[in-house]
Amino acid sequence: MELLSNLALGFSVALTPFTLFLAVAGCFLGTIIGALPGLGPSNGVAILIPLAFSLGLDATSALVLMTAVYYGAMYGGRISSILLNIPGDEPALMTTLDGYPMAKAGRAGDALVLSGFASFFGALFATIGLMLLAPLLSRIAYQFGPSEYFALYLLAFSTLGGIASRNQAKAALASCIGLGIAMIGLDNQTGMPRFTGGNLHLMDGVDFLVAIVGLFAVAEVFVFIESHGRESSIGVKLGKVTLPVRDLTKGIGTMLRSSVIGFIAGVLPGAGASLGSFLAYMGEKNVQGKKGGFGTGVPKGVMAPEAGNNAAAGGALVPMLTLGVPGSGTTAVLLALLLTLNITPGPTLFTDRPDVVWGLIASLLIANFVLLAMNVPMVKMFVHILSVPAWVLLPGVMMISFVGIYSLSGSYFDLLLMIFFGIVGWIFRKLDVPTVPIILGILLGNHMEDALRRAMILSDGDWRFLFGFRWHSSSGGYEFYSAIPSSLLVLAVAGFVAPIFLRRVIKRPQAVSD
Amino acid sequence: MKTKFRALALGAIMSVAGSAAFAATECIAPANPGGGWDFTCRQIGKILYDIGQVDSPVQVTNMAGGGGGLAYSHVVNERGDDNNLIVAASQATATRLAQNAYAGMTADQVRFVGAIGADPGVIVVAADSPFMSLGDMVDAIKADPGSVAFGGGSAAGGFDHLKVLMVLKEAGFTDITKVKYIGLDGGGDAITQTIGGFTQGMTGDMSEIVGFLQSGEVRALAVLTEERVPGFEDVPTAVEQGFDVVAVNWRGLYVPKGISDADFEAWGARLQAVADSQEWKDAMVANGLAPFTKVGGDFQSWVDGVIADTVELSKEIGVIQ
Repeated sequence: MELLSNLALGFSVALTPFTLFLAVAGCFLGTIIGALPGLGPSNGVAILIPLAFSLGLDATSALVLMTAVYYGAMYGGRISSILLNIPGDEPALMTTLDGYPMAKAGRAGDALVLSGFASFFGALFATIGLMLLAPLLSRIAYQFGPSEYFALYLLAFSTLGGIASRNQAKAALASCIGLGIAMIGLDNQTGMPRFTGGNLHLMDGVDFLVAIVGLFAVAEVFVFIESHGRESSIGVKLGKVTLPVRDLTKGIGTMLRSSVIGFIAGVLPGAGASLGSFLAYMGEKNVQGKKGGFGTGVPKGVMAPEAGNNAAAGGALVPMLTLGVPGSGTTAVLLALLLTLNITPGPTLFTDRPDVVWGLIASLLIANFVLLAMNVPMVKMFVHILSVPAWVLLPGVMMISFVGIYSLSGSYFDLLLMIFFGIVGWIFRKLDVPTVPIILGILLGNHMEDALRRAMILSDGDWRFLFGFRWHSSSGGYEFYSAIPSSLLVLAVAGFVAPIFLRRVIKRPQAVSD
Repeated sequence: MKTKFRALALGAIMSVAGSAAFAATECIAPANPGGGWDFTCRQIGKILYDIGQVDSPVQVTNMAGGGGGLAYSHVVNERGDDNNLIVAASQATATRLAQNAYAGMTADQVRFVGAIGADPGVIVVAADSPFMSLGDMVDAIKADPGSVAFGGGSAAGGFDHLKVLMVLKEAGFTDITKVKYIGLDGGGDAITQTIGGFTQGMTGDMSEIVGFLQSGEVRALAVLTEERVPGFEDVPTAVEQGFDVVAVNWRGLYVPKGISDADFEAWGARLQAVADSQEWKDAMVANGLAPFTKVGGDFQSWVDGVIADTVELSKEIGVIQ
């Protein structure tokens, strides 16, 4: 009953004409961003954030717009996977395996429609999961003290770092660079400036939006320039688009299994949509066995990864909203958006700002239906957009980045910093060093440091406190007051070490930066 | 083309001359839109125009950076005698100046013209805490300073930390470096930690605790004002419990140093008019502010006193040398 009244509150926020308009606009933009090769969801959301601020949107509206873009990009990614054999974003990578063969066999329309429905199924499943699971997770707020938070942040770094790259050392290096950048600015515990070199522009630290736009969008442009902007031409002609009912009904079991796997992968802090689609595809391949013919262009091979990655995208919102720990690169960018809007995601968000949370959930439900309409009957429109030449797209991305950042802070210093991050991002791409852990470091570095220092103040510098032991002066002994810190620390170590071994078993075809 | 350009140039000169003659008042909010300083500028600016104290709408400029330091440096170095400029300030401005956090700039480089509202300081405990009064808490700290840890929304040495220390000093407890304080990201976080039992007390502003007070999850031991706050009559003041401490997060303005005494007094009078308006009274109620009006020279000497006290306390706890 409480759920229903919460949903009613959410729809009362989401069904205002302006919010609806934002959701539709976000879905449209997101689908385009997803469809364009190279412009993934994290880049897309990062580019659009400053725009949301200059429009003066309030918290709920900005969040609705950005998550609609996020969901839209997840849908859109499959379009170029199927037609061009180039994933529009990394989570859509697995869709190329069966999508492109289907398109070559003349079933491009079927592949697009089936994957559109699978996306819808996965995203709807995840949104409902978010609705049911998130309030439960939010009740644990009062269980989380400084030690618990420190362990949680460590978990985020080690798991995201662990799968963000093919090389643990490079992921760890990137995390440390991010943590180092986070140390610039006022020290939260004492209010004293650190590493600013007396520069007032650095007193507030490095703005994460500047770093995000630099590392993602500007670096993307550099990479594109270097490759002379490969012409994006449609490789396969799209015929008539019809609804393959039989394939759809046969694939319901596939979509359900894939959604469950994807959602769980998404909820785990640090996993994200790429892992979701990967696990869903591999899992379904095992279920179907050799007869399934995965990899040769079968409908189920398109539906499984799409249901998986969209479910994971929704699942990744759960830890972001309830714990303040992003489950993926894009949710890290969304977290940045929330922090800038003065909303601190975390266990108290559901009680403090029910309008924001439930408005968001209601808009996600609406966005899903809008996206289904856009991506099935109207899919041809987006196919045309795919032929936008790079010389139009690139200056556009560059312009939006500059205008966006300048309108945010009005500071030329931030523009220089953004270009600097663009160059760093480009170099790191060459070196195969993942950039997502850097962002995570800048975002969470101060929180992690604060948690550690608070724990040390409360325990008079006793490190055992970090593992859940509290000194009792009255009894003269240690009390094991909570198992949460130790469990999280064990998970953190496992999350960092496991990929080293798993990598041999599941050969990941490409680095994850979703 | 040439004539067009000349006409443009002429227009530009005329508009510059025009703006010099009837310059609009500018209010600098030294933070991004949405915070307390932004609120101060927008509310006071709007009311100044609505009640006819200024001739044209007040233009609000957001100049975030350095916790207000960027705007402070801008005013001191570039706008030192601009009599159409007001800048939003609060207790945080005074605390940072006292603790030398504005890169060496000092409080005497501007003039503090007035405060017209304040967020009262409070000290709260979880509903299941054994402390029933401020006295209980002080006694426990005197017996074992490490047994009570405080959480607050400001950094160590910040105003929330100082509130507790002021009370303890008043109670005759001098070993204030022994008092445990952790700085959290805002009052909401500080309260959550207190309810969760990780800290034994929370120190913050009245506006931060209203929701938790109403839901019954916390108990306010004391409010740090001279009189009980309207709307919260059942929260006793520290003064009536025998601790003579008043600590409020005032909201006000400063103006450049170089303006004439007459201009300074005029701004004081305009602020007084805003304080007396019904519009401001409504805005205070809506935003959890208590009445607190001091303007002109009276306010300047009060701020000087606050800064001197802060310097003394900060030296004792080692935040500054």
